[in-house]
Amino acid sequence: MSALLQVESLDVRHGLLQAVRQVSFEVAEGETLALVGANGAGKSTLLRALAGAHRPAGGRVVFEGRDITAMPAHRRVKAGIALVPEGRRLFPDLTVEENLRVAGAAHRDGRWTVDEVLEAFPLLQPLRRKRAASLSGGEQQATAIGRALMTNPRLLLLDEVSLGLAPIVVEGVYHSLRGLIEGGTTIVLVEQDLARAMGVADRVACMLEGRIVLEGARGELTREQVTDAYFGLRRAEASA
Amino acid sequence: MTWVADLVHGIFLGGFYALLAAGLALMFGVMRIINLAHGSLALIGAYMAFLLTEHLHISTYLALAPVLPGALVVGYVLQRTMLERSLRAGQLVPLLTTFGLLIVIANLLQQFFSPDVHSLDAGRIGPASWHVSSELSIPWFDVLTLGIAFSVLGGLHLVLRVTQLGRELRATAADADTAELVGVNARAVYARATAIAVAIAALAGVFYGMRSAFDPNAGANELLYAFEAVVIGGIGSLWGTLVGGIVLGISQEIGAHINQEYFALAGHVVFLAVLVARSASSAPRIRYTLRRFA
Repeated sequence: MSALLQVESLDVRHGLLQAVRQVSFEVAEGETLALVGANGAGKSTLLRALAGAHRPAGGRVVFEGRDITAMPAHRRVKAGIALVPEGRRLFPDLTVEENLRVAGAAHRDGRWTVDEVLEAFPLLQPLRRKRAASLSGGEQQATAIGRALMTNPRLLLLDEVSLGLAPIVVEGVYHSLRGLIEGGTTIVLVEQDLARAMGVADRVACMLEGRIVLEGARGELTREQVTDAYFGLRRAEASA
Repeated sequence: MTWVADLVHGIFLGGFYALLAAGLALMFGVMRIINLAHGSLALIGAYMAFLLTEHLHISTYLALAPVLPGALVVGYVLQRTMLERSLRAGQLVPLLTTFGLLIVIANLLQQFFSPDVHSLDAGRIGPASWHVSSELSIPWFDVLTLGIAFSVLGGLHLVLRVTQLGRELRATAADADTAELVGVNARAVYARATAIAVAIAALAGVFYGMRSAFDPNAGANELLYAFEAVVIGGIGSLWGTLVGGIVLGISQEIGAHINQEYFALAGHVVFLAVLVARSASSAPRIRYTLRRFA
């Protein structure tokens, strides 16, 4: 398998705070990678840097063999990277359908159209003309994922899709994610819920204080290992 | 009956103010830029139309054909070269930039066209009017102006509602970062918004030149009325701008009815009253209307 995404010694800062330190990893085509770690470990910042919302201070991001480190966010979307941001960030005064259609700006060919998205998320079907601000959390999350899919991404970045949602709604969201994963979409997701992350991902990378301290295939890692890395109990186990 | 005449004239005058204010409202709604040079850009439109009519001997309406596309280009370039940089430096900087632009434009116009007043020929429709009664006659030119204002606002409304550019404009206005993340080139969208705003300003400027004489410093005055229309109308909402323009127009006509000298004053008083009432009663609502642009 060739690497779809290569990240090489990436540094990202928020002013003086260095949120991501020397992070390197690869994601192969069709693979699902889960980034886990405590609050403030740098997961969201890393995802935003991959999507182009945050300029890295150092290092390289290579997508499909092309260096995209300096590429602005909207061009990365055209190249095939889409982010579902933390907190969903829908356009509140646009309807569900308009939120989806805005993302058609990228003009990428692929299977995802408004009708396809509504078919994949049937709960949105009756809501297509409703303002996004009037939706429930789960409906908003479905719209946000649908909006990202509308760009027909090769790489989908998901930031905390279960945050603030009722368990039954999270179940629904992950059910649709499984459909995407089986369809061959490459996914990097940030998830607080370890069990869920390990349930859906091929590989898990654990971040601590801006670094990846543990990384491995789902079968290779035990829950204990990940929990230890999560809280920084055994740094000796850190791997590249 | 004369009060009815004031009311009617106020409505038509308001249509002109709305036309003048539409571009201002658009730029503020999308980018939070208060374009102090808006009136001056309108004036450039009037002077360009003047040049064309003088040298090519064409009608003022025909002069719009090259002036409006030219204004689109000017707006696009203005955004890309000046306003974009200013925006990156914070909210206050575009205010300073456009204030500087206002002064530069006034001086350049004075340099090239002298401080004398100029005017544009409104054609056969100019002096004609419809005599409703002995007290009330409505100039056809005012009807045309109001019609154009309606069409411009309606057209903008349609563009914002049903086109991809409109969706991108509204998405970018709500959250430019996220718009970028779904593939919208926010800077290009901003440039297109400014292009449209400057073209509407130029259109308003040409109509201004046909309704009254203008000199190089008229921009600031016209800006003030446009600004008042925007604020009275609820800041950043398109149809609100039409309502604001009409309220301003009616106040001025009624003020002038009481005493000729109260024309401008009455408008300013209503503007201040609306501003005070709004900031006293519902400050959060103003912020809400900002987000709910169009």
